[in-house]
This record gives sequence, C-alpha cells and structure tokens, in this order.
Amino acid sequence: MRVSKRASGAIALGAAFALVASGCSSSSDDGGDAGNSADGAITIDGGEPENPLVPSNTTETNGGKIIDWMWTGLVEYPNDGSAPRNALAESIETTDSKVYKIKIKQDTKFHDGTVVKAKNFVDAWNWGAYSPNGAQNSSFFADIQGFEDVNTADPDGADGPQKAPEPKAKEMSGLKVVDDWNFEVTLAAPTAVFPTKLGYSTFMPLPDAFFAGSAEDFGKKPIGNGPVKFVSWENNVSIKLTRFDDYQLRDKMKIKDVNLKISQDDNAVYSDLVSGNIDFQQQVPVSALAGDKWKTDLGERAISSVTPVTGIIAFPIYDKRFADPKLRRAVSLSINRQEVTDKIFFGNRKPADSWANPLAPGAAPGNCTACQFNVDEAKKLLAEAGGFSGEMVFYYNADASHKEWMEAVAQQVKTNLGINARAEGVPTFAVFRQNINAHKMKGPYRAGWQQDYPDVENWVNPLYVTGGSSNDGLYSNKQVDALAKEASAAPSLDASHAKFAEAVKLIDQDAPSIPVYFAGQQSGRSDKIKKMELTNVGELDVTSVEL
Amino acid sequence: MGRYLLRRLLQLVPVFIGTTFLIYWLVWSVPGDPFAGKCGDRRCPDTYINFMTEKYQLDESIWVQYATYMKNLFQGDFGLTYNSRDVGDIIAAAYPNTLKLALVALAIEAIIGLGAGVLTGLRRNGFLDNLVLVSTLFLIALPVFVIGFVLQWLLGVKWGIIHPTVSSEMRLSELLLPGFVLGSASMAYVARVARTSIAENRRADYVRTAIAKGLPMRRVVGVHLLRNSLIPVVTLLGTDLGALMGGAIVTEGIFGINGIGRAVFRAIVTKESATVVSIVVVLVLVYLLMNLLVDLLYAALDPRIRYE
Repeated sequence: MRVSKRASGAIALGAAFALVASGCSSSSDDGGDAGNSADGAITIDGGEPENPLVPSNTTETNGGKIIDWMWTGLVEYPNDGSAPRNALAESIETTDSKVYKIKIKQDTKFHDGTVVKAKNFVDAWNWGAYSPNGAQNSSFFADIQGFEDVNTADPDGADGPQKAPEPKAKEMSGLKVVDDWNFEVTLAAPTAVFPTKLGYSTFMPLPDAFFAGSAEDFGKKPIGNGPVKFVSWENNVSIKLTRFDDYQLRDKMKIKDVNLKISQDDNAVYSDLVSGNIDFQQQVPVSALAGDKWKTDLGERAISSVTPVTGIIAFPIYDKRFADPKLRRAVSLSINRQEVTDKIFFGNRKPADSWANPLAPGAAPGNCTACQFNVDEAKKLLAEAGGFSGEMVFYYNADASHKEWMEAVAQQVKTNLGINARAEGVPTFAVFRQNINAHKMKGPYRAGWQQDYPDVENWVNPLYVTGGSSNDGLYSNKQVDALAKEASAAPSLDASHAKFAEAVKLIDQDAPSIPVYFAGQQSGRSDKIKKMELTNVGELDVTSVEL
Repeated sequence: MGRYLLRRLLQLVPVFIGTTFLIYWLVWSVPGDPFAGKCGDRRCPDTYINFMTEKYQLDESIWVQYATYMKNLFQGDFGLTYNSRDVGDIIAAAYPNTLKLALVALAIEAIIGLGAGVLTGLRRNGFLDNLVLVSTLFLIALPVFVIGFVLQWLLGVKWGIIHPTVSSEMRLSELLLPGFVLGSASMAYVARVARTSIAENRRADYVRTAIAKGLPMRRVVGVHLLRNSLIPVVTLLGTDLGALMGGAIVTEGIFGINGIGRAVFRAIVTKESATVVSIVVVLVLVYLLMNLLVDLLYAALDPRIRYE
C-alpha cells in the first residue's frame, strides 16, 4: 500500500492513454521528435521521500515512484492494467504454486556497472525480511518458507517495554540460489498470486554495494537496475534523475533528464503547470476541481484517469455495538454514494459498487449488494438488529481532505436511519493510525486501499481474512478464511479468482466495511510533452515520455 | 558600551536554553507516534517502529532526549530527520532562502514605507496623505495569502510577466514580488508610524530652531527631523526581520520557495523534534541579535542615549 501524503488525498490510475501531438506534421512517427527527445529534459512535480530510497523500506508515493522508475523487477505491471508480464525474469515456473523456479535474463546491469545475478534478489529479500533491519515492507516476504525464523514479533507490541527476540536465522530457508541466473523459491503454503506480487517494489534486487555499506547511506545515493539512474538529491529542493544508457530491457527511457521539483504546495505547482513552467503534475489541487476549472485552465493538457484506489469506511468489529452484520449492512445500505460522489467530488470519483476495485484483475463489478442505496431495506435490517442506541461517530484524519465526504455520509445515516450520527476529525494521520492499530476506535472510521499489485487477492486477504495485515477492524469469518485459503492455493489464477468470488459473496453479507467510492485522478502536462502514458497506479511512466 | 554589549550577550545564554527546551518539550508533547502513520492504511510492522524508535532514542525520557540533543548541538551536529537527512543540511539550504526573502521584504518596506511616511508626514491632509492612508488600510486589511494569490495569478498566470513561482536559484528579480507580498502589511505600519513620528517632531522646538537658523529645508528634514523620528521606525523594522522570517511560511508556500517556514511546518506535522528545534533555535538567535542591534542603533541615532 502506497499512500499519498498530499492534502488532495487522491492517489493514483490505470487506463493507459497516449497523446499524439496535434500539431505534428504528417511524418509517420507517432508524435514526438526523436532529436528533441534524445537529449530532452523534463521538470515534474515531486515530494520529499519519507525514507532513504530503499525498495523494501518505502511505502509512500513520493519515494515510491522514484523507486518504480529506478528499478526493474522480475515482472512488470502493464500500464493498461492488464495481467503482469515478465520483465527481468526469463521464466517463472511452478507445478504446485509452492516451489517456483525463477530464471532471470542474463547480463543486465545495475547502475554501478555490476551484473544483476540471482543472488542479488535472494540477498535483497533476506535483508528485507530480517526483522532487526526494520524494513516497512517486511511482511511481504511472509509467504516464503522460513520467514518466521528471520522475522520475530515483539511479544508486547511496539509500545510495550519488551524487545523482540533476536531471530534465529539470517536467511529464509525457502530461498536457494542455483547459479548466477537461476534461483528457487519455496513458499510456506501454495500461493497462486506469488508471481504477480513480484512486480511490487519490495521484491527488487539490490546490488552488492548495498550490502557493503549501510542501508541509510545507500538510500541517499541509490543504485538500481531500471531505466532511470539517480543523480542527486537536494533536500526539499529537487531530485535529479537521468537515463541509464546501459539499460537493455523493454522500457528504455527516450528523454535524457528528469528533474523532480520538490514542492509542498499543490496550488503553487498548479500555477506553474498552467503557465507552462512545469511539465507534469500528477494530481491537480482540489481548488482547481470545483466547476471543472482545471479543464478550462488546461484544455487538452488535462488528463483524467481512474486509479485502483477505493475509499472505504471500516467498522471496529471488536466493539460489541458493531458486531451484528445486519446493523453494518443497514448503515451501508443507507448511504447514497451517487450523491456523495456527485456533490462532494464533482463526479471525479465514482460510487463504489464492488468489493475489489474494478481495475484489479479477477474483480467482479457490481458484486457489492451492500453498496446499493436502499433505505427501506436498511430500516428493516436496523429494526431486526434491534436498532442502535447512543451516538455513532464517524472518524477521519483531519490533516487531509476527508471532512466533507465523511460528514455527508454521517448526515445520510442520520437522516435515513434516524441514528444519532456525526463525523469527527482526529487531528493527524499518525494519531488516527495509532488508535486504529491499538483497536481503540469507537465508531466507523475512514480507511482507503490502493492495491499493491493487480489482483483481486490483494483486495481480500489483507483486508478481510482473520489476521490480515490491514484487517484492523478484526473481522473474522471462518468460512471466508477457508475459502480465501483455498483461493490462494489454487493451481491457476483463474481458479483462484473463482474461489475469491465465493469468499466475496460471504463478505458481502457480513459487510465488515463500507466501500464508498472508486478514486479518480486529474493530472496535467505541459505543451512540451508530445507523448506520455500513466502507469497502472497513475504515476507518470517516464520511459514513455517523448518531447 | 563594551560592558553593556557583554552583558547583553551573556543574557542570550539563559534565553537560548529556555527557548530550546520549551520548544523541545512542545514538540515532544504533540500526541501520536511519529511512525504509526508511515505505512499508509496498513499498520507498520512492529519491527520497523521499534527500529526507528530506538534509532531516534524516542523511548528515552524527554530529559535524556533533550540532553543528547543539546550535547550534539554544541558539537555542531543538528541531528537527523526521519528520512536520515542531516538537519544541518536542511538549515543550510533553507535559511539563506528565507533570509534573502526577508531582507528583500525588509528593504521594500523600509524604502516604500519610509518614503510614504516622510512625504505624508510633511504634507498632512493633502491628496497624497489620503491616498497613502487608504492604501495602507487596504494592505493591512487584506490577508497575505489573498495579496499573494491575486498578484501571482495576475502577473504570473494571466499576463505572464513573471514566473509564478521562484526558481531554486532565488534570483533577486524573482524575489521582488514575494518580498512585496511578505512585507506588505509591515510596510503599511512603517508608513503610518513614520508619518506620525515625523508629524509630531515637525512641531518640535529643535526643528523650529533649525528653520529659524535659516537651514535649507533638505537639511532640516534629512538630518534633524528624520534622524530623530527614525527611532520608532527602526524598532519596528529591526524586530520585523525575525517576524518576517518566522512568518514567511504562507508566502513561501504560494511562491514555492524552499524556506524555513515550509521545513518547520513539515517537521511539526511529522513530529521531527530535531528539525523543529534546530530551525527555531537559529530563528531565536536572529531575534535576539536583531534586538541587540536595534538597541545599539538607538545610541547612534540619538546622541542623548548612552549605554554604560
């Protein structure tokens, strides 16, 4: 899960699009002048990364997109959102979804000139999983056999006085280097979606130089293996990147330099965008969305897209008052999502009607019956659940723009069900998250989910399976767990998707959370860019840019 | 004079320690674990939180944390941000920018404000006086961000005369507009204070004497009148430099300037004590030194003031 820390809140999307220069002459090339592009440079909007740039330790978008550009993984996610394909991997083979034989392409290079070998993957994954290294994404390696030997849990949680015991091993037993170009991964349990996960930034290879020094120093001058090479990082000012000329895979960069101008204020960036002083802004500020001002300002430079992000309201099921599925369904059915997206988001977000975001492969559109707007049914269910006494407070973090839509939702619940509902802001995201983590929420609260990798699995296992990494409301249904387990272990992705669909049907009846909207993204580019695409999560694909 | 200076400098020490501790304590009391929200809507692994907590000694008491911070500070080490950047580097990058902006603002407010003040103070109740009165009222009434956005939109986006934002080179020509915006409110105050002061002193005995002596008007105003009337204006301008630097956050945001306001804001939100305290410490020093400078200037402006 990458999260955008910008106030606008919206993250990124999927449908690829290409712009062809309207003013281009009748030459046969598809827009863009090769001469311009070859030594061309662009300046785009960026933010200060929250961590040193180490792939397994980056979960936010500012650093995340740089890592996406600087590294090429075993598989890649096509910009159009379709199924992942091999990138650095020559082949990924399995017979039982448990043991994977991975062969990588020979003689590709890191930016420091060293060759990318199988051991660079194995070492990087072992580093990320080893708990004393404290990587944010360590849980992604939990599929691999021997993970619990290298990653020990803190017996009393992060806040408690006790320390986690030293792990008994430094390497996961499930990872075996065969030779320079081959390695074998044994998982703890069969997992059909494992190859799909391999495109996520946590699974990127690391050069030998990483292991020679400290991760922190490496993160200040990162060395990747992707189409884009790191040049410099000036705090709060800019990050400069350039083309990696020795890059041999599909997506070689066409322009030469990318300069990320680090900004804090969306409106200032937007002024620069309108007046042509910056070449790309991923999300225009909220102030430009009202009355479609941004479309008037930018004309054909406006880019509208959808992102695999769903806005959700989660229930604290550990609170007895929310334990009854009928009550939760009643609340969900009483929300007029169309009105919320039209009035609050000016139609830039779409009402949610399925549990997984429709952009995820394997997701079934319209499978959220709890997402309908049906006041009669809601009232009936509420009566069956014995009503709701007391105040129902909807919580959100007040440091991003969630106030309006959360208040609209609370108001609808109040009007349609007669429950004494209101919305309340928690000052900062950190405090908000701390309460959620500690299971101390006293009412439904805002959540959001951006898929880590494109598959319906990512919308079920982390959120609705007992013990899932983001199942913060402690929802637990044994049948869902069993079905999800079966689905994960299915021999093929198709079989897996079919099983997940069954699990989702049960989730739909229990309504452990309320999907509210599917996110959209409103970006803008300069006249200089003749051709470009967005990635499956809505980031600029710098390798596609032509000038 | 020497002893006075020494005494004033020694006074800086307790003020310095007091303010740094107060700020450290304030940031420390901001609720929330700084690392709890780092992983988006997924909970961060305990191992990550433990690793960071230990690395930044956040599990220690505030006394230990503050003592360690001060110890490192006196060795010239400002500490690390949570993304492992040196706070010293951030200060080195951000301070000159804010200082430049504040100095441009100060120059604009001194030149325009003082000019308008002197002209209106000498010719009270004329057309010019009324014009300045109305326009200063207007500037004082408008919040900085309104002036900033309107001018940026008009000059930068609509007419395209200037770049809407300031480049990282911070050229003087680019800073004129942000400087004007930042200094606009103070400029209005300077004009009004200068006008009152000039108008009052205009009727003073020594001015009448000077005129009676037959001195040319230029000398009466330039040497006798102006010098004596400057004291309240200098006080205002001197203390304003610190206020301009600390208050530049809105202007920095509008014009995309990488200054301390932005850095402090980001650090407060993320609970980065080392960054907040370090930046504010330097700001406190600016305030203290400017105040001292103002006091010393009094003596230069008015010979009746002596420091022992």
